[in-house]
Amino acid sequence: MMRAASRFLPPVAVLASMLAAAVPAQAGTIQVVIEKLAFSPAEISAHVGDTIEWINKDPLAHTATVKGGWEVMIPAKKTVSRKLETAEAVDFYCRFHPNMTGRLTVEAR
Amino acid sequence: MSARSLAALAALCLIGSTAFATAQDKPTDPQIAHIAYTAGAIDIEAAKLAVRKSKTQAVVDFANDMIRDHEAVNVQALELVKKLGVTPQDNATSQALGKAAADERARLSALDGAAFDRAYVDNEVAYHKQVNGALEGLLIPSAQNAELKDLLETGLKLFQGHQAHAEHVAAELK
Repeated sequence: MMRAASRFLPPVAVLASMLAAAVPAQAGTIQVVIEKLAFSPAEISAHVGDTIEWINKDPLAHTATVKGGWEVMIPAKKTVSRKLETAEAVDFYCRFHPNMTGRLTVEAR
Repeated sequence: MSARSLAALAALCLIGSTAFATAQDKPTDPQIAHIAYTAGAIDIEAAKLAVRKSKTQAVVDFANDMIRDHEAVNVQALELVKKLGVTPQDNATSQALGKAAADERARLSALDGAAFDRAYVDNEVAYHKQVNGALEGLLIPSAQNAELKDLLETGLKLFQGHQAHAEHVAAELK
């Protein structure tokens, strides 16, 4: 048994080190600018552990809301940071101005 | 004829029978600031009336959204004119808007219940359509100051959303 397992160890170790190299070592910060009632970018790709900086340049309060999920409130002319904890792919919108929409894809690190 | 003047002409034709018909060809920035602020204040007054009078949740919610958004934009407009050292200038368009709004408020005040809801929401659809047409065709192209133009463009996006929201509520009430 031991011998069988050890035979598989080197390839597994190699694979693990390859994966480690492929995945960014450090969590990043992604800036999403809200201006003239639009999210930019509206399509966000991120990894668990990344932080989104929601930068609201409008004179209006906005939200980034996932129906039946989370919500970030972003007051007028303010920046709010939120760390991404969960791998998910969700549509979000502004609860106050539902024409504002976007999509967030969070992948496991 | 340039695309811009065509658009302005189209906007003027669309709103020909309304207050904006009396606008000069090209309002100045102090006049534009006054018109934009007045248009916002009018919608806030109408919304406050609706919050007092309506018993329909969708109508009250819509009206509260109008108060929140138009107050936010008007606060921003006041900050901007202060920063730019511009004194908003009263003008025929603002006066005509004010007069039309006073008439509309009197008409709405006399209504109750479902009749009020319908009249308020229908007027909100028409009013936002009118203001958006004027912003797009006349006020934004005429604005000289970049920050004023920027605020008007934000206003246009916002009020287009309001118009869609009002149309949605109007459809619900039918």
